[in-house]
This record gives sequence, C-alpha cells and structure tokens, in this order.
Amino acid sequence: MNGLNMKFGWRDNFMDGLRPLHELENFSEINGLRAEIDAQDLKHKELNDLLFHLVKKGAREINIKNVFGQRYIGSRIFLPDAQDKVKIDVYNFPGNDLGVFLGGHYINVHGNAQDGVGNTMDNGQIVVHGRAGDVVAMSMRGGKVFIRDNVGYRTAIHMKEYKDKVPVLVIGGTAQDFFGEYMAGGKVILLGLNLKEDEYHKANYIGTGMHGGVIYLRGNVEEHQLGKEVGVRQLDDSDWEVVTKYVQEYCGHFDASEQEILAGKFQKLLPVSSRPYGNIYAY
Amino acid sequence: MYSHLLSEFTVQRMDDRCIRCQVCERQCPNGVHEYDKGLDRMFTYEEKCVGCQRCVVMCPTKALFVRSHPSEYRMNASWTRDKFQNLKKQAETGGVVLTGSGNDKPYRIYWDHMVLNASQVTNPSIDPLREPMELKTFIGRKPDTLKINMDGDVPKVESELHPNIPLASPVLFSAMSYGAISYRAYKSLAMAAKEFGVMFNTGEGGLPVEMRKDYASNAIVQCASGRFGVDQDYLNSAAMIEIKIGQGAKPGIGGHLPGEKVAQHVAQTRMIPQGTDALSPAPQHDIYSIEDLSMLIYALKEATNYEKPVSVKIAAVHNVAAIASGIVRAGADVVAIDGLRGGTGAAPLATRDNVGIPLELALASVDRRLREEGIRSKCSILAAGGFRCSADVLKAIALGADAVYIGTAALVAMGCTLCQKCYTGKCAWGICTQNPYLVKRLNPEITSQRLVNLLKAWSHELKEMLGGMGINAIESIRGNREHLRGIALEEWELNVLGVKGAGE
Amino acid sequence: MLVQKHYQNDRIIPEKDIDNCGLFGVMDTSGRRFGGEMAVNAIKNMKVRGNGLGGGFAIYGLYPEYKDYYALHIMYQDKNMSAKRKTEEILTENFYVVYDEEIPTDPSVNVFSPPLVWRYFVKPQKNSEEANMADDEYVVSKVMHMNTDVDDVYVFSSGKNMGVFKGVGFPEEIADYFMLEKLYEGYIWTVHSRFPTNTPGWWGGAHPFSMLDWTVVHNGEISSYGTNRRFLELHDFYCTLHTDTEVMAYAVDLLMRRQGLPIEVVSKIFAPPMWNAIERMNKEEKELYTTLRMVYAPLLMNGPFTVVIAHHNEMIGITDRIRLRPITAGAKGNLVFLSSEEMAIRRVCPDLELTWTPAGGEPVVARLNTQDHLKSLNKSI
Repeated sequence: MNGLNMKFGWRDNFMDGLRPLHELENFSEINGLRAEIDAQDLKHKELNDLLFHLVKKGAREINIKNVFGQRYIGSRIFLPDAQDKVKIDVYNFPGNDLGVFLGGHYINVHGNAQDGVGNTMDNGQIVVHGRAGDVVAMSMRGGKVFIRDNVGYRTAIHMKEYKDKVPVLVIGGTAQDFFGEYMAGGKVILLGLNLKEDEYHKANYIGTGMHGGVIYLRGNVEEHQLGKEVGVRQLDDSDWEVVTKYVQEYCGHFDASEQEILAGKFQKLLPVSSRPYGNIYAY
Repeated sequence: MYSHLLSEFTVQRMDDRCIRCQVCERQCPNGVHEYDKGLDRMFTYEEKCVGCQRCVVMCPTKALFVRSHPSEYRMNASWTRDKFQNLKKQAETGGVVLTGSGNDKPYRIYWDHMVLNASQVTNPSIDPLREPMELKTFIGRKPDTLKINMDGDVPKVESELHPNIPLASPVLFSAMSYGAISYRAYKSLAMAAKEFGVMFNTGEGGLPVEMRKDYASNAIVQCASGRFGVDQDYLNSAAMIEIKIGQGAKPGIGGHLPGEKVAQHVAQTRMIPQGTDALSPAPQHDIYSIEDLSMLIYALKEATNYEKPVSVKIAAVHNVAAIASGIVRAGADVVAIDGLRGGTGAAPLATRDNVGIPLELALASVDRRLREEGIRSKCSILAAGGFRCSADVLKAIALGADAVYIGTAALVAMGCTLCQKCYTGKCAWGICTQNPYLVKRLNPEITSQRLVNLLKAWSHELKEMLGGMGINAIESIRGNREHLRGIALEEWELNVLGVKGAGE
Repeated sequence: MLVQKHYQNDRIIPEKDIDNCGLFGVMDTSGRRFGGEMAVNAIKNMKVRGNGLGGGFAIYGLYPEYKDYYALHIMYQDKNMSAKRKTEEILTENFYVVYDEEIPTDPSVNVFSPPLVWRYFVKPQKNSEEANMADDEYVVSKVMHMNTDVDDVYVFSSGKNMGVFKGVGFPEEIADYFMLEKLYEGYIWTVHSRFPTNTPGWWGGAHPFSMLDWTVVHNGEISSYGTNRRFLELHDFYCTLHTDTEVMAYAVDLLMRRQGLPIEVVSKIFAPPMWNAIERMNKEEKELYTTLRMVYAPLLMNGPFTVVIAHHNEMIGITDRIRLRPITAGAKGNLVFLSSEEMAIRRVCPDLELTWTPAGGEPVVARLNTQDHLKSLNKSI
C-alpha cells in the first residue's frame, strides 16, 4: 500500500535491551528480610525480575523507589508455600496492571495508580494512597483493595466470589461510568468522601448487568444512573457490620474519620436476579 | 400461545419390533417417548424430538426411525423452512434464536476444492508402515537464528529459547469448557490428550484442582473475558496459556453459561456462586486495543515467569491478517484462528450463520501476511473450525498452519450427532449437559479411548498421505502450497489461498 | 503516487491501517516556548505502547521568524530528486518561496529507510481565477495536488509557525534523527508512538496527521471509518492514507475550520450523548443534541479512540463516548498535559499540581492565555 511494501525490522518494545540480573542487582540493596530497589531506570520486566530475585534471596519487605509507570508489580511472585507473603511498598507511581493475578501479597502504593489495579487478583491486599485509573479490581476474586481517592471507568467489573472467598474493594472518592458492571460477586464500598454535600455521584450505568455481590454506596445517585439489573435496598444490621468493618480498615490506612464516614447516607445495591439474561432467548 | 411450528422430525416405531422395554423413554431427555401402562402402549411426542438419534441407537430391537419431518411448506427458494420456523419461534417468544454447534449453511468448503499431491517417478513415495514418518510438532515462538559456541568439539546453544510445547501429532482438542460440557466429557478429552501426547484446551471454565496433577501438563488453559477460575496456580500448572479474544462460531460476542448449568462443582471450578449465570463479556475489558492485548500477554508471562508460550485465539474476520500481525507484534507466541464453521455450545443463530469468514481463506492470508512481514517464525499458527477428516488437517498445514484444533470432530467421536441443541443442557449423549442422570452416559475410560482411536487413525492417514508425497516429516509440508491445487475455484479465491489451479 | 485519490471501485480500496498507541501533549498556555525534552521523555516512558513502527511530533510556535508564511514540510520518498524538482516547479508556480532548506538530520541515528525531508516557507501566488480563493483553501488544494499527483512526494505539514516531524521508528529515535531537542522550541508539543497492526514502513504513515496547522494524534480504532469516509468525500475530502486518524483530521478540518463550529460542539458530534441522556435534558439542550445527532450522524466516531488535536493557540484532548481508550490530563502553572498514562506526565513533571481524568466525550481544551482547561476539571474525576 502507498507505494511501499517492504519488510521491516522486528522491534520488540518489551523484551529488547533487557539487562541480566547481575547488572540489575546494582539497583538494589538487600539486608535480611528487607530490601530496596531503585526503579528509576528499570524497564517493566527488569523491575519484576529484580523483585522476584530479591524475594528468592529471602527478602519479604521490599521498598521500590522512583517507580514511574512500570507495570505488573507483584504479579511474578508465585511461591510454593501459600502462607509465605511479601510486603511491597511502591514509591510513587506504578503503571498499569498493578498486582494483576496477585497471589496473596501486600502492596502499598504511596501515590496514584493507573489502570487495572488488582486485575484478576486472587488474594492479598493493595492499598493506594491516591487515585486509580480504569478497570480497578476487574474480575477480582479474592483479597482486598483500598483506594483513597477516585477511580475511573468500569471499576469492579465482573468481580466474583465463591463461598467464603469474597473480594472487597473500598473506594474513598467517586467513580466514573459502568461502576460494578457485570458484577458476579464481592463487596464494593463507594464512599464519595470528596463529593460536596448534595452532590451526586458521577457514574452512569452503575451495576449494569450485575448478577451477584453487593455495592454499598455512600451519598446520592439518581435512579437513571443505575443499571436496570440493580435494586436499591436499605442496609440491615449485617450490612452495617460489613460497612463498619471495612470503613474502619479504610480509616486505618488513610487519615479519615470513621464517625464522619458512617454518619453519611448509605444505600445498598443488589442485583435483582442472578440470571439477568435468562429470558432473552427463544425456545 | 398455541404454537404454529412444524415438528422438525418424525419418529416411526415399528410396533412388531417394539417390546415396550422403555429404553427410549429413559434415554430421551426431551420427553419424546412415553409409555402408558394401562394401554401397554408407547406414545410419541414427535414435536419435542431434536433428532439426536440416541433412542434409535439404544433401541435393543432396532424398532425406531427418526427422520426429517415430511410436512412441507410450499416450496420457496427465499423463504426456506428454517427461515419460516425461526421467524415463527420469534413471533411466539420475542427472543433471540439460539443454536449450538457450527455453522451449517452451504458456504463453500474450500477443503473440498483443494487436492493434494503425490510422488510419481521423479521422487519416490515412502511407505509409512515400514519407514520412519514424523509428525512431531513444536508450538511456540522460534528465534530467527541461534548463537552457537564451540565448547571444544561440542557445539553449545547460547541463545535463550522461547518456551515451546511438543506435540506427538499436529492435532489438538479445541477449547471446550467444563460447564459447557460435562465433567466426564472434559475428562475424556484430558485423558486422551495425555495418552496420545497432544493437548486439550480448558476453555474458560477453569481446570478442576483435582485434575491438575495428572493432566495440567497436557492442558492449554484459557484466560478469557470471564476470567473464570484464573489464578496463579491455574496459569502455572498448564503447558500453554491461551487468551481467547474470539470464537469462530460467534465472533464479537461473549457467552452466557446459563445458571442451570452452573452446578456445584462447576461453580467451584469457575469460582462463582452456584446457579448464577456465568457471563463472559464480549470483549475482555482490559483489552480495548492492540497495546492492551500486549499488556495482557506480558501480564500472563509475568505471572508465569516467562515459562509458558502465550497463544491468542481470534475468530476469522475480514481483516484477520492485519490483526494477526498485530498480535504477533504484541508478543504472542501462538496465533489461533477459528473459522466460520467453528462450533459452540450456544450462540445466537444470526451470529453463527452470518459473521466471520471461512478458515481456509483466513489461514492462507494470515500465513502470507506474516511471511511478507518477515515475522512468521515469531509465532505458531493453530487453525480451528470445521475439520472433518485427516485430509482437511493436511491441507490446512499445507496452507501454513502449524497444527489444528478439533472440537466438533472430537465431540462426534464421543457420541455427538450435531443436533445443535447444546444450549438446552439436555444432551442425550451426556456431553453438553450437567444433568447428573445424563452425564452418567459417558464413561471417560471408554470415551477417551474413542478419542485416542480418532487421533491414531488420523495420524496414520496423515502419514499415508505424507508418504505419498515423498515427505517423511510434517515440517516439510507446512506452508508448502506446491502440494496443493485448487479445483473449481474463482481466480480471486486461488489468489487468496495462494494455490495454483489443478493442471497449472 | 504515494497516495491515491480515486479508486475505480470500493473493492480495491486498500485495507485501512489500524493504529493503536501512546500519545502525549504538552502546552504552555502563556505562549512560552520550550524544548522537546518533556515530550520525548514522556513518550519514552510509554515505550511499550508503541512497537517502533512509527513516531512523530507536532510543534507549534516553531518558526516565529517566518510566522506569516506557510511552512511546508515535504518528504521525498527514496530521496527521489526528480520528485523534488517537480514539486519545486509546482511550488514556484503557485507560491512565493521565501526560504527553503533541507531539514537537518543526525546521520548517526540509525533509522529505517529515511526519505529526504525539506522545508519551504511560502506565500500563495494566485492566478486570476484563484484570486477569490481564501489562502487556506488555496494551500489545501495545492497540498492535495502534490500528494496525489506527484510520485514519491508527501507533505507532512503545511501550517504557519508549526511543523510535523515523523517517521518509522520509536518516537525518541525520530526526535534524535531530526535533532528536535537540540534545535527547536515551541509552546505546544504533541507526540505519538505507533502500534500499527498493518503497516507498510513508510514515513508519511506515522502520526501526527496534519492539514494546514491542524494536527491530530490518535489512539484506537474507529469502527465507523467507512461511514465517516463517505461523508467526508461528499465534502471533497479524499481519504488517501486509509487510516482512522486521517478521517479524524479531515473531520476536524471540515467542522472547525470550514464550518467554524467550536470544539465544544465538535466533541459532541464525535462523541454524542446517548439518546437516553438526551431524553433527560432540558428543552433547549435536548433540541440542540437531537439536531446535532440528526445532522452529523455520519460523523459519530464509533469505537475506541483518544485523540489529541492541536492548532495554533489550542490543544484539545477527547475520547470516545464510553471512554474505551485512556487519557489523563495534568496541569502545573501554565503547563497543561494530556497523556495516555498519568505516569508519563509524572515522569517529566514530578511536582504536578493537578491531574484529572475526563469522562468519555468530555473535551479538555487548553487555550493560549486562558484557563479553559480547568472547565473540564469539574466534570471529571
């Protein structure tokens, strides 16, 4: 096309120019259980190579400094002993898919996060001291995620649960559209702390296609903002127990007042059916 | 509402043969046969018959015939019977018409318009019964070159290799999820794959934990839009990971596994509550573009320490070649292409019959595009969608496939008769159902043997045909269009296939 | 011809390019000109969003000493000198060329099959029949003529006081090749890193796409491409490059320059509100949006996109109406940033004061000497 049709070189944007571990080690320090990484000039894979390497050498509390957009932090760490957990502190700005498929480790982010926080996360905990981007907690199936401020589009999409394995997502701010779309399980708490009094949440299509799980929403939404598969209920005692527990945890992570938060108006969003699309087919 | 539908099948019972044993009644999940004790008579409700032939096969006295119903509307080339029936169904329900299995419309089947070559005089054909004949195939990315250092006299490979999986024969079982099919059907596939040294594909329903020890090393596990049953152990236990973007039977749409199929063990494997619909969204919501696909490919590689090849499965659609090129550049080790005739457990009829392009054309154009761009060895190509026999397989490999996925053929080997009612969950053959009574009809020990027999027979036929061409290793036919000729094809079709006409 | 205007029939129109990518833009709303360091480092931080098959920059406030002249950046494929001769004949016939030179490059940077790229500063020299034609129209028609009628020629950009530098490679390589950081300053820099799924390796195919001083960098695939193209052809825009981005660039040119619609309206044509949202609007709004959707239905850009559009004094970011592609805005003092990823902004401006994520279809508009970009802040999160 356009007068040209020639072979061009293969450019591998991800794998080209990766450095071996012995070079990467210069960007880290390890001291028993503790370790530190300076991620300033590390590529995505280099950072995760080094992180996993330090874990294998015994580090269990790892600080990563100067993170600017590196992806998949924590995903590589898959240890044979399911009880063996790693704690990671990220300064400041991790990239997409933070903790994707995360298998039970703890990640603290001291800054904002981008898209895909806790994507298909299995277990563990992610705490973001800032805001996060789109598809937070997508298909999450266990563990906890706390986001201090706002989240973007399609948060908690297709979150799921099985028996006592129930993922929890707590968001301090508000969210954009398609919040809780397709939700099949899990508990999501949206606090709206940064909304002014009488200001409504901003998301439309909240819980569209929802067929499991529950959303506790603090503050106001209009009916048209909710998906048609969603029903609104008052909280009962067991709901308040859940909300109180996780609000307490939220306040433990961030500087917020439990009393003030719980004094707000909460409502509970539930799917009206676990089979929203049972009736759309001919026989 | 009184139904205007005509029965699809008629059931004839030869009364002189019928011994009122009621096997048919017990075998039919649709309630076609009913025994009246008082009258000592079998009644037939033929409007419920789906034509699966289970009762016919099982009848001990061979007293039953099931054939297409003889009632006919006035002949009309435009308003065919199926158009009529579907329209009436919709008028009665207001719903989307569902179907199962692959596209049954008479689109051209290119396999039937291509013929293979054989040696005569100038090079000898080979007899595979006595001479070596190799079908071993590696699936995964290959480096363009190797760096070899001499350690004294011994050459040592210095290059880092990409993960590859070995296959004893270039035929794999296509993705069929536990949930869509029964545990016993699923296990039969796993057992057969293991015994024969090929792979089965878990689909997106997860891999039951108790099966991982024995069968994970022959499993291709899917990471699809529903992310059912995906955790680090699932990913790390498998031989290969496949990102499912699309399916040939229903390109561009997702799936709904109805709640009644989500039984306890299915729920546990998928990690969703029992009885809820398992919804697979149309897109993966973390993939809205090619750079997002790249992100997921590397997320999976990160989660598995770069030890597994990652495949991306797409439906064959109009610009499939460009998409495949993007997929390879995004880091995939394998591209799987599922064509127009690929099967499904459930799809809207409108989509199944009208969306996508035939595999043969898609495969040829993907292979050509990747060669033109010089990136063909960066990936393997798996072709899927409507393989009926070993000759189809060999023709696909000659068009550039590294190996093929078979789904429908495997189901037929297990007992399926393509009644296309998979979506009802009432499969009389115990394959596409979770009903405990029906499921028991499969015995994995026996069913897996049927599958192994199929693989064995096809592999033998492949060897016969290869031998006839004077080729004794499958890699020598791969992409070798010299050994194909087209028959009764238009110029443009030959061009897309990259195949000469017969006699040219 | 590198690009072709007409095809005998629709069947032989080439398959369109599908472009996905990373994009970044930065503007100083005070008009202060600055170097390319931020743009280059930000896009470098998003390297995995591109695949090295295309990168490019648009710079505004580039040629203050020639700000009254159209600056033509013209590439000659395969350094074809006879193409250059023919082009220059056309130029001297139709323009006063006040200055021209080869755009300097660094030969030590290894890039794929670079063309010769030349710049010309020109003023229209109209014959009597063309005397009534507006300057801009005149330039557009001559640019189209050069693109479609002369072999091996393609005009990168043709605006005043701005220019486009682009090619095959990662954007930082293109920047090094053209020595952007060393040689140029501007008050707007937009940059694009390309991840095409089907591409011939040619330099004109990289972003930004440009018409006069409008430039577009784009991420996503516009599924309504065929519909959009047909509509633009009715208005004499011929899509010669077969990319979504080109459609977007021409649509912007049609609506904003020719038809004079404000960006606030244009963004609602590209990414209109849903009908059920329109239902809930007050009477006036309802009428406006219903009319917009009726009249400009063929310009609904359906499918995932984020674009950064720029022209003199203005930089605009907008996404599709259900935000299928990312964008983050940021600000510090007079600096306004638009980026595919927030962390790319953070990388080049660690002490960012504001970051926000506009909702789907909500434009972020940064204008010279205004704080207009903050308008979108309220509607965002």
